[in-house]
Amino acid sequence: MIREFVKGIWKENPVFVQVLGMCPTLAVTTSLINGLSMGLATTFVLVSSGLAISALRKLIPDQVRIASFMIIISSFVTVVKLLFEAHIPEISSQLGPYLPLIVTNCIILGRQEAFSSKQPIGKTLLDNLGMGVGFIFALVVLGSVRELFYQGTIGGAQVLGTWYKSMIIMVQPAGAFISLSLLVALFQRLSESE
Amino acid sequence: MNKIVKMVLTLTLLGLISGLALSMVSNYTDPLIEQNERKALREAVFYVLQPTEDYEERTVDGKIIYESYDESGEPVGYAFTASGGGYQGTIELMVGAGTDLEEIKGIQILASEETPGLGGKIRGESFKSQFRGLEAGQGIGLVKSEEPERGEIQAITGATISSRAVVDIINKELNRVRDILPEGE
Repeated sequence: MIREFVKGIWKENPVFVQVLGMCPTLAVTTSLINGLSMGLATTFVLVSSGLAISALRKLIPDQVRIASFMIIISSFVTVVKLLFEAHIPEISSQLGPYLPLIVTNCIILGRQEAFSSKQPIGKTLLDNLGMGVGFIFALVVLGSVRELFYQGTIGGAQVLGTWYKSMIIMVQPAGAFISLSLLVALFQRLSESE
Repeated sequence: MNKIVKMVLTLTLLGLISGLALSMVSNYTDPLIEQNERKALREAVFYVLQPTEDYEERTVDGKIIYESYDESGEPVGYAFTASGGGYQGTIELMVGAGTDLEEIKGIQILASEETPGLGGKIRGESFKSQFRGLEAGQGIGLVKSEEPERGEIQAITGATISSRAVVDIINKELNRVRDILPEGE
């Protein structure tokens, strides 16, 4: 059972191994806090829609399953978006259009199609939670690396001295691609040596 | 036939439940979101017109003008929102001007999608503070590398377009407000 949870964090990490959900991964990881909030929002949608789909899996006819998944997923995304705007407006404005765009995150539809729609609720919870944690992990690492090399801070706390000259490219798209590819390479290396 | 009925029924039910749930959530969040927006606007007025103690909101010619007063009830100036195109997307500003509408008291960025690290620096204090007490009777000017003179501000290095956009937005809206606010009020 526990394997269902752990696989998403390391062996089948959605970002570093499956290379899914690249749009939010590249776009919002300009800082640790942005990566973390995106990861949490996505995990909430992933887990709650997974539970709903797993519970309804025997009732939803096969021909309309994708349409049904989309209704469920987009409802939860709207809930997250409204809650973010109501309670943490600063972060919501930082994430901008990427919060509603969780709808199109292929990790979510991928998990529902490949797992939740075929498995019982308990297993689905573990699987989706694991994938969510794996996604958060990837976004936090990427966000921290980019924030560190951009302005010498992690999570707003000064890590490098005042001598550090900010690297603007790190918060731009090019920096996202460069850091992501280096991290994927590092991840491969670490997995191989295991 | 049975299959089709089941498909239609499933989607209809899901849609209904989703709509119902979302309307409940939005009932709860809408007032909070509105409150956040009003608070952000309020803070912006206090920020651009210092020292504001309180302000009144009035609508002139369809434009909302915030008229602010200091502690002793003396008018500080007028604040109003202004928006226009930036390097990316729209820039939305709160502009504070003196009572004669000849001097900028301060500006605040309400929304922008400028490139982080470059145009995004228009949100920075070092850029915004250039507008404090800026003479704007002839329209604000923008200089690149030379020292800004009276009525001029210096563009952010590497973000001339964003800097110019901010200046243009202010100049345009200030002219409009001058037209709709009767002089000597």
